[in-house]
Amino acid sequence: MALSGVEIFKLLPKTNCKKCGHPTCLAFAMKLAQRQASLDSCPDVSEEAKKILGEASAPPVRPITLGAGDKAVKMGEETVLFRHDKKFVNPCALAVEIKDTLSEDEMAKTAEQVANSEIDRVGQKLRVDAIVLTNVSGDAAKLEAAAKTVAAKAPAVPVIINTGDPGAAEAAMKVYAGKKPILYGANASNLDAMANIAKANKAILGIAANGIDELAGLTEKAKALGVEDLVIDSGARKAKDILEHNTLIRRAAVKKNFKPLGFPIINFMQREDSLHEALVAVTGVTKYASILVVSSIEKWKNLALFTLRQNIYTDPQVPMQVEQKVYNIGDPKPESPLFITTNFSLTYFIVSGEIENSKVASRLAVMDCEGLSVLTAWAAGKFTASKIAQFIQESGVEKEIAQKELIIPGYVAILSGAIEDKLPGWKITVGPREANALPAFLKTRVA
Amino acid sequence: MAFTPTKETYSGKVYPVTIGTGDAAVTFGGENVLPFHSFEGATPNSPVIACEIQDVPPADWPENVRKPFEAVSDDPVKWAKYCQDELKAKVIALRLIGTHPDRENRSPEDAAKTVKDVLDAINVPLIILGSNHPEKDSSVLVAAAEAAKDKNCVIGKAQEANYKTIAAAAMANNHKLIAMSELDINLSKQLNILITQMGFEKERLITDPMCSALGYGLEYTYSVMERIRLAALTQNDATMQPPMLGDVGMYVWKVKETQAPEADLPQWGATEERGIAWEAMTAAALLTAGAELLIMRHPKAIEAVQKTIEELI
Ligand code: B12
Ligand code: SF4
Repeated sequence: MALSGVEIFKLLPKTNCKKCGHPTCLAFAMKLAQRQASLDSCPDVSEEAKKILGEASAPPVRPITLGAGDKAVKMGEETVLFRHDKKFVNPCALAVEIKDTLSEDEMAKTAEQVANSEIDRVGQKLRVDAIVLTNVSGDAAKLEAAAKTVAAKAPAVPVIINTGDPGAAEAAMKVYAGKKPILYGANASNLDAMANIAKANKAILGIAANGIDELAGLTEKAKALGVEDLVIDSGARKAKDILEHNTLIRRAAVKKNFKPLGFPIINFMQREDSLHEALVAVTGVTKYASILVVSSIEKWKNLALFTLRQNIYTDPQVPMQVEQKVYNIGDPKPESPLFITTNFSLTYFIVSGEIENSKVASRLAVMDCEGLSVLTAWAAGKFTASKIAQFIQESGVEKEIAQKELIIPGYVAILSGAIEDKLPGWKITVGPREANALPAFLKTRVA
Repeated sequence: MAFTPTKETYSGKVYPVTIGTGDAAVTFGGENVLPFHSFEGATPNSPVIACEIQDVPPADWPENVRKPFEAVSDDPVKWAKYCQDELKAKVIALRLIGTHPDRENRSPEDAAKTVKDVLDAINVPLIILGSNHPEKDSSVLVAAAEAAKDKNCVIGKAQEANYKTIAAAAMANNHKLIAMSELDINLSKQLNILITQMGFEKERLITDPMCSALGYGLEYTYSVMERIRLAALTQNDATMQPPMLGDVGMYVWKVKETQAPEADLPQWGATEERGIAWEAMTAAALLTAGAELLIMRHPKAIEAVQKTIEELI
């Protein structure tokens, strides 16, 4: 837990010199406690106070970046237990396991699938984020060869090398020099050697413990050995244990600022049955995992997991929104239809997607309603006849179109008369209620 | 630094609710901790999944979820028996969708007869749902509640617009009642209060904060459920202590992801697996948020969620 105002005050110079812009050191301390001021504003604070305050104000879950370049994944930085309190910060990474006992072809195939897994959903690019390369063979040469195969097929994808054998680790790490991989598999018996390899290769060290107690002890030792970037695994594999351990770890970090457990969690979810695996992964997504390791990445499963992760990690205060403007779909001509909707991302992407499906070039006027859906915006008084009329007039779309006709969502049919009154010379047409009826609607218009 | 787990003790508890009669009766709720937090308190009962059927053939269901019931879904009695005997459903949810004025517009008498016939054919507990037309539901559900008198069914859903008649019928005929409001913790609390003020026992209520599908507002349902559960446990708020319902199937099997052919959207993968996963993952997410009762459609989704519940308890 962060320090209280009074605790912070005790560390300040107590001269009330006002250089920080606050009347007293105490007032400044109070602002610091509420995270509304920055310690830099006080020029006279001691080095020791800086250190203590810096540690206390660091996020309870350490920020760590896996991989390098465009596909690097940010982890940690979480501050709460429940998403309604504050946005969950860094969406958990989805990683697929590749065993070094597979044939080269099979490895290459999965690596390629990962490299091409990106899809777009409501404007976000989502993909399988990482590959876990597991040293099932127990053979260092095999792991190294596998690392080379994977690095060749998916060069930009961050990697997690999974082995308990320092010899094998050393060779595989070399393949990923400069790419900030994770070396997973440090335990009570190999910690020294693994920590040294991680340090030498600037890698993140993955701790594989047997229970939370041992985990906390191992992270302390790793830190003493000079490795600060860690991801942690308590050894939980059953859904019940994953939920319990992840909860206790996040609570310790967030509520007690217990540093030995203030690291991103890696959970291994692999199951024979792919659907069951996806459902166990739900526990990881909702309950605090930073990396989920799965055994397969079918497209249907990726889509469902990406979507869940997106849902859980959206900001509960601010709906996802798109910019207010008139969007062209296809290459509209003056006589192409003009639609209106709100700027809630989900609404925009569903409606524009269906218009695209219809293959009829169109204009879609998207009005800023603070990210609310059509009916919610209407009920909240943000999608009203006068606001719609004003938006259409100010957009200047009138100059681009042949007939002044505006198609409104079926759910707000009730607005059509009032919009016609406010937009003289315009014809208001009521569209279907559900967007998936738009292709049929457009077809009948053309015919 | 030694690790001492931060365990929470809560002042409140979720009511246990028992539905049905005799050996086949089922109890859910009853825990005094957050979902599946058995490491710090009591979780005496597992969440329960009800298998959804309806009074008219499911012409409106997408093909992949219609198919498993093709041989039986022309008749609600056959369909109910199939769910109980073949799929081993612990609870059946009969949706009287055919009573909706825009659909077959079946009469309350027809609905009551369907309820009676189904009850005669099964011994597992029955959830009786209207068509979600507030006006029509108030006559349909009254008739249905009478037809099911003393069978300890669940009647739903009572909403702000119609709760009086429906709650009265549930009370007079000894049933449990689903109180539904739309994704707002305060509205949900308010409705529970209004219903208990009529003399309806709060221990007989089930809260439905309204479901939404994965990708279509799931996060709203998820957080409303989490907040309701926290209010019940940490603030010991009795109006928030009934178990919660996730009416999953109906919301999931209308979204595009459960239907769009793979040929149109190759990057979305196999349609059938995708639909099943969509329903199962929506359900699993709501379980971690606090749902104790789920209404679902696809047998494979139900089976997979059941397996996951067993791994979580
Ligand atoms: C999630 C939700 C919320 C969220 C907001 C989410 C958001 N970003 O908008 C929250 C919790 C904040 C909320 C708040 C409120 N909500 Co609300 N909310 C909903 C809910 C459950 C889903 C809305 C949604 O996301 N829909 C999905 C999007 C994609 O739908 P859509 O934008 O309508 O788009 C579809 C169609 O309209 C069509 N379409 C869209 N654009 C176009 C354009 C054209 C040309 C065409 C042809 C078609 C078309 O295509 C889309 C897909 O088919 C609905 C109930 C429901 N199931 O619909 C209630 C609902 C919309 N809310 C309602 C209300 C009353 C409110 C509140 C006023 C009070 C309250 N109960 O909380 C507040 C107002 C908010 C405020 N700031 O003041 C009512 C509105 C009732 C009415 N008819 O007036 C609803 C219908 C619930 C109800 N039955 O009571 N809400
Ligand atoms: S600048 Fe530093 S010493 Fe001066 S009043 Fe502010 S906190 Fe106190």
